Amino acid sequence: MIDINESVMQFLLAFVVVGPLLGAAAALLPAPPGLKGKSPEQAVLRHGVTVTGAVLAAAVVLALGFDHHHPSRMQATTDISWIPALDVRIHLGIDGISLPLVVLTALLTFLCALYSYFKPPTGPSPKAFVALLLLLETGTLATFSVLDLLLFFLAFETVLIPMYFLIARWGGEGRTRAAWKFILFTLLGSVVMLLGLLLIGIKAGTFDMVALATDNGRSLTASVQVVAVLAIGLGLAVKTPMWPLHSWLPDAHTAAPTTGSVLLAGVLLKMGTYGFVRILLPVAPHGFRTFAPYLAALAVVGIVYGSLACLALARRGAKGDLKRLIAYSSVGHMGFVLLGIATMTPTGVNGALFANIAHGLITGLLFFLVGALKDRTGTTDLDTLAKETGLALYGKAPRLGGLLAFGAVASLGLPGLAGFWGEMLSLFGAFSPAAGLSRPAFLTFMAIGAFGTLLTAAYMLIVVRRVCMGAAEETPGLADGPGHRLADVRGYEFAAWTPLVALTVVAGLWPRALLGLTDPAVHQLLAGGTR
Amino acid sequence: MSPQPLAESAGSLVQSVDWLAVAPPLIAALVALAVLVADLFLPEARKAVLGWISVAGLAAAALMLLPLLGGDRATFCLPGTPRACSYTADRFTLVVQLLVLGGALLAALLSITNVDDDRRRVPAGEFWFLLLSSAAGAALLPAARDLATLIVALEVASLPAFALVGIRHGDKRSSEAALKFFLSSVTATAVSLMGVSFVYASTGSLYLTQVAQRLPHTGGQLHTLAQTGVVLTLIGFAFKTAAVPFHFWVPDTYVGAPLPVAAYLSVVGKAVGFSGLILVTVVAFPSYADVWGPALAVLAALTMTAGNLGALRQRATRAHSAVRLLAWSSVGQAGYLLVPIAAAGYARDPQKAIGSTVAYALMYAAVNLGAFAVAAVVGRGRAANRISDYRGLYATNPLTALLLAFFLLCLAGLPPGVIGLFAKVTVFSSAVDAGLGWLAVVMAVNVVIALFYYLQWTAVLFRAPEGEAVRHRVPAPLTAAIALTGVAGVALSGAPQLVLRFAATGLF
Repeated sequence: MIDINESVMQFLLAFVVVGPLLGAAAALLPAPPGLKGKSPEQAVLRHGVTVTGAVLAAAVVLALGFDHHHPSRMQATTDISWIPALDVRIHLGIDGISLPLVVLTALLTFLCALYSYFKPPTGPSPKAFVALLLLLETGTLATFSVLDLLLFFLAFETVLIPMYFLIARWGGEGRTRAAWKFILFTLLGSVVMLLGLLLIGIKAGTFDMVALATDNGRSLTASVQVVAVLAIGLGLAVKTPMWPLHSWLPDAHTAAPTTGSVLLAGVLLKMGTYGFVRILLPVAPHGFRTFAPYLAALAVVGIVYGSLACLALARRGAKGDLKRLIAYSSVGHMGFVLLGIATMTPTGVNGALFANIAHGLITGLLFFLVGALKDRTGTTDLDTLAKETGLALYGKAPRLGGLLAFGAVASLGLPGLAGFWGEMLSLFGAFSPAAGLSRPAFLTFMAIGAFGTLLTAAYMLIVVRRVCMGAAEETPGLADGPGHRLADVRGYEFAAWTPLVALTVVAGLWPRALLGLTDPAVHQLLAGGTR
Repeated sequence: MSPQPLAESAGSLVQSVDWLAVAPPLIAALVALAVLVADLFLPEARKAVLGWISVAGLAAAALMLLPLLGGDRATFCLPGTPRACSYTADRFTLVVQLLVLGGALLAALLSITNVDDDRRRVPAGEFWFLLLSSAAGAALLPAARDLATLIVALEVASLPAFALVGIRHGDKRSSEAALKFFLSSVTATAVSLMGVSFVYASTGSLYLTQVAQRLPHTGGQLHTLAQTGVVLTLIGFAFKTAAVPFHFWVPDTYVGAPLPVAAYLSVVGKAVGFSGLILVTVVAFPSYADVWGPALAVLAALTMTAGNLGALRQRATRAHSAVRLLAWSSVGQAGYLLVPIAAAGYARDPQKAIGSTVAYALMYAAVNLGAFAVAAVVGRGRAANRISDYRGLYATNPLTALLLAFFLLCLAGLPPGVIGLFAKVTVFSSAVDAGLGWLAVVMAVNVVIALFYYLQWTAVLFRAPEGEAVRHRVPAPLTAAIALTGVAGVALSGAPQLVLRFAATGLF
């Protein structure tokens, strides 16, 4: 949109990746004089806001300077040799596929830092919290902007340790177990993924994603592609998560602190689906085609399973936890993303990428809202919250209730909001899958997926009914005391949530803004080559 | 195939020796003798000087590697062509010597404090003499290019180590550990000596290159003898690397020995085993690659699994659990180190695979010694050195705790331990390259198991201290050791190419 010098763009992208890392190191040091603030805690939390804010600003400028007429071209590229022995290059670059994810990551991390500044996490010193948050940001941003397979793996692994500690140190009940489950599941997946990446790199003679994508799998034999896709797909599927490898997700979400949940759902899960699109589709198309029907089948099982699990949790007397419910709904939403990717059509993949972003915005918002609800009532247990008739949030905290209802209807895919387009395009893609894929099978998947959207609507509406509506009389036993009004949305909460709400509406009403970016890039990716 | 005629060798009995090439092990040996003599004349109060002399000697020996960088040197050669030399200072030799002398230097830094703390029970002069002699043997070994020198170097490296393990007067566990170590080691050496004699009998030469040339052409009736010889020789070296089933001595020996000696064994002891194994397999017995390749692959899989499962079983509250865990984890790491050697048996370019082992060993040496250095710090205050004693270390000694966390994550191979991650990647890639997919998968599972205990320990560091936190005082030598290893680890994480370049080029 605006013309920015290419070397400035390079610097901006490098800053986006490295900035948080330096910020993390700086967070551990004592605050310099003049920046001490009211207390060390306040100073370090402010440091977090500053760094993530600067990174967000850089990401926004990057998006503005991005050549929107050629979104399929890699832009702001840097290519430096780092470890010649392993042929690892620091190859950075963004195109229409990665740019929205970079901006989303920077935005969500900034909002999390902002939220924590006003509402410091309960747990040990915020110093380590900020350092870990920034380290996490580096890992995720690097994942979306590196173009080297081994560097991708490094970035992919970088998020494990910070997330582990965020859950284990600042989490709620059952955090130790949940943190272990998270890290062991994902690590097991990612070491298997490493084997696949090495196989590709060794057989093709390069680890460079652009070169590999241009090659489009021509230098890889069919069997190598099949094995590599199986190995890499397994690692990515754990992260996504795909049913039946999802079991770490509900536990992690339930135990994680609010900001941890927001980032886990909003950003970390996208690393898995991004890998599918960026690596598997262009690099090993033949191998991917072999597994595409299975992937699609597991994806729709995930959609239905996630919805049914949510329905079970939303039932009265099921002792359902709201955070767990949203986590299961993520399994369903990511099912749509995987279904879109598995169609191997531009429509489906575009839908998947759209659903990715939409899920990041909406689920991020939902986790923020549930976190706020927990702060006010001390629990996320649906039965405790709703009692017999319902929590009646509309009466007690109308704005909070309204936002929750907004998040819920956005999540169920109401037309006009962000959640709609991704799911619809994914289903469209399944209607006519790529050549070589069985159409009847995909039609079946489409039908099941469409049925899943109905189930999603059902449980989301149940949640809205039980939490937002209800008799406005006494609801004793809550932390705020019997029948009292709950504190409504505070200023900083508005500040943290408004961008998400606004973007959800914008993406819903003006999908071209996103699709215009991803579509040319997806076409090129599927046709082979990213240049 | 007969030995050299007497007259010919008698004519060239007087050889010129390339003193510069042999300087690194020689300096270590000379300083060892000097320390032993100086011990007689030093009053009790001044014994601490011995430690610093030893450190300086090791540093000087390591510095003598610099002038050798220019090119391959060899000495103690057979006259005539083809040239066969007993001592070669090629790239492989220099890298392993750097590893050995650097490792010994760091172990010596740890020992200064330890010998001082324990001066009632540890005789200083003997301790330094033994450490330096063992280091001299270990530095000689990678340069050895004939089987006799190899065995001699192996024994020079190991015999003082037995004594070091049992050096504490009146410590029952220490003597028991030494005996265990000694008995199992001597059996293995005897076996490999037998193997060497068989190989000599069937090829008529002790020089590795000549053995390599002649082994494929051994006559029919000697074939079985040669085969047996190869297998027996390998067994001896497998013991030194603490590969399964020769690993059982490791935990007891590490716990029984003074902590710096355990650190020394975990790095230098392993380097000795690995360089010996590499020389024997890749240089001397390449024609038997179809035998030792699969055998080492199985051994690697078993070793890493046994080591990691052993480490997993350690309870944090048991006495000496920290050292015990490091001991078991070193067995697991030995398994990873074996993977590229096994891969060399399959690969078209075995030297490249070997480079992965060397690169991994360099990474492992730096971070493992770092972990031992921190363990030495904590062990001074808490004699039991349990993992639970590390709780709250971040609150009292933040930098030390952060470095230990970094070392442990390097060992686990997860960022921010970038060098650990890439060292593992080279090992994985050598396995994948050689088509050893199953071994790579076994290793992948092991990496996950290992993460569990490394991360558990890491997490303990950052928990709130139990009761009143006591700040650990860190003496200067320990500070130096932690700083050196920390700087090495961080620098390597920023520029992994520094060690990984050995994985890309031939070393011999």
